[in-house]
Amino acid sequence: MIKGLFDPKRWNALFQAFPEYYIPGFLMTLKISLVGLAVSLALGVVFGLLSTAKFKPFRIISRIYVELIQNTPLALQVVCYYSILPMLFTNTGFRIPKFILGVVGVGVYHGAYIAEVIRTGIEAIPKGQSEAASSQGFSYLETMYHIVLPQTVKIILPPLANQALGLVKNTSILAMVAGMDLMYFTDSWGSERGYFAQAYFTSAVMYFIICFPLARLARYLEIRSMKLPTAKRLEITADEEVA
Amino acid sequence: MIELFHQIFTQANVFFMLKGLQMTVLIAVLSTIFSMFFGTVFALIRTYASGKWKWAGVLVAIYTEFFRCTPNLLWILWIYFTVKGNKVGVSVFAITLFTSAVMAEIVRGGLNAIPMGQFDSARSQGFGFLMTLWYIILPQTFKKVIPALLSQVITIIKDTSFLKMVDVAEFMRNSSVVLGSIYDVRGMMMLFAFEALCYFIICFALSTVVRRYQKTIVTG
Repeated sequence: MIKGLFDPKRWNALFQAFPEYYIPGFLMTLKISLVGLAVSLALGVVFGLLSTAKFKPFRIISRIYVELIQNTPLALQVVCYYSILPMLFTNTGFRIPKFILGVVGVGVYHGAYIAEVIRTGIEAIPKGQSEAASSQGFSYLETMYHIVLPQTVKIILPPLANQALGLVKNTSILAMVAGMDLMYFTDSWGSERGYFAQAYFTSAVMYFIICFPLARLARYLEIRSMKLPTAKRLEITADEEVA
Repeated sequence: MIELFHQIFTQANVFFMLKGLQMTVLIAVLSTIFSMFFGTVFALIRTYASGKWKWAGVLVAIYTEFFRCTPNLLWILWIYFTVKGNKVGVSVFAITLFTSAVMAEIVRGGLNAIPMGQFDSARSQGFGFLMTLWYIILPQTFKKVIPALLSQVITIIKDTSFLKMVDVAEFMRNSSVVLGSIYDVRGMMMLFAFEALCYFIICFALSTVVRRYQKTIVTG
């Protein structure tokens, strides 16, 4: 597995190939991750809200989406988009750009997970709080802004950071459809030269560079969300209170 | 449409694909067993290693952090190209190597929730360290983390589809072989639907178990 890992000749070959293979791959992975995260957040928020709606068909639609996507492999989904989508539009040799394929693949997949995160976040706030707020004269928006959302955000941030971490790792699936991402370039350079240890070790380090800050962020948010909330000190003097 | 269906789902094709499914389940079960074992051991080392054994804890911490931050596919490719041996064995090794790190993190989360005072009370009753772990600490931990562990098992089943890339004869790869002989979009859609259905049945059954179990934890 690590045969020849410390061979300087092989490392030299890697450094020469670095700008041509690893830099574009790394940038592609980064781009797909960022745009994919935006897409999955959008989908997640929409379907998360739909799954807490009062109107039952909305809940059913979002249930179907979540279960269908969560219980089938991402590899299958991406291969499916890759081979079917172009043929639905045209029967010429049109191929979807790999960037779009990647964004749709990870976006839809993690959108389902984020929808679940958001649903549990909203459902975790007891309904009595909204009722209590409305009895004190809070409007719906005020209740959401001052009472429900601050608590929800605290609950959902750690799992959201974990989803972002998973999303970056899952962009590697694009290598299965020649997606021009980091994993694809690693695979192609590695098998071309046969220097597997160098190729994969470098790639692992590059993924680690993106993912480790996300993992630390998730840990930090988790610890923060476990702390009990402290009451905010309000700047009110006695006179104002009476008035 | 019906003709197309019969053309794709011939007895030989279906048998071939189901054989792949059998391989998928075999790899997933073996990886689950090994990674649960190693994950638990690593979590125990990272949580309780101290004094002269501190270096082991640090080593495990580096291992879990590094593997949690790199994709599974990378390890599958790396190990497949460099480790010689039986294909099933190599696949199980690669998936176990990656998943043990994730399992270790999950179990560690459960261990952290158990108060250290339980060790003192156990010692006062004459329990040794290993006995305390086996009879007192681990049962409580597993009760808490089983939903998360089962979700990870679902992920393992889905991750076996990566093995298509290294040509292990699992479900996704065998289906792709069948896919290669289809030129009709409708036929492709049928086949993808069949694949999705097979994965869905297995994973949905597991996730239903997870949800049931979570409910029993909440309600007592």
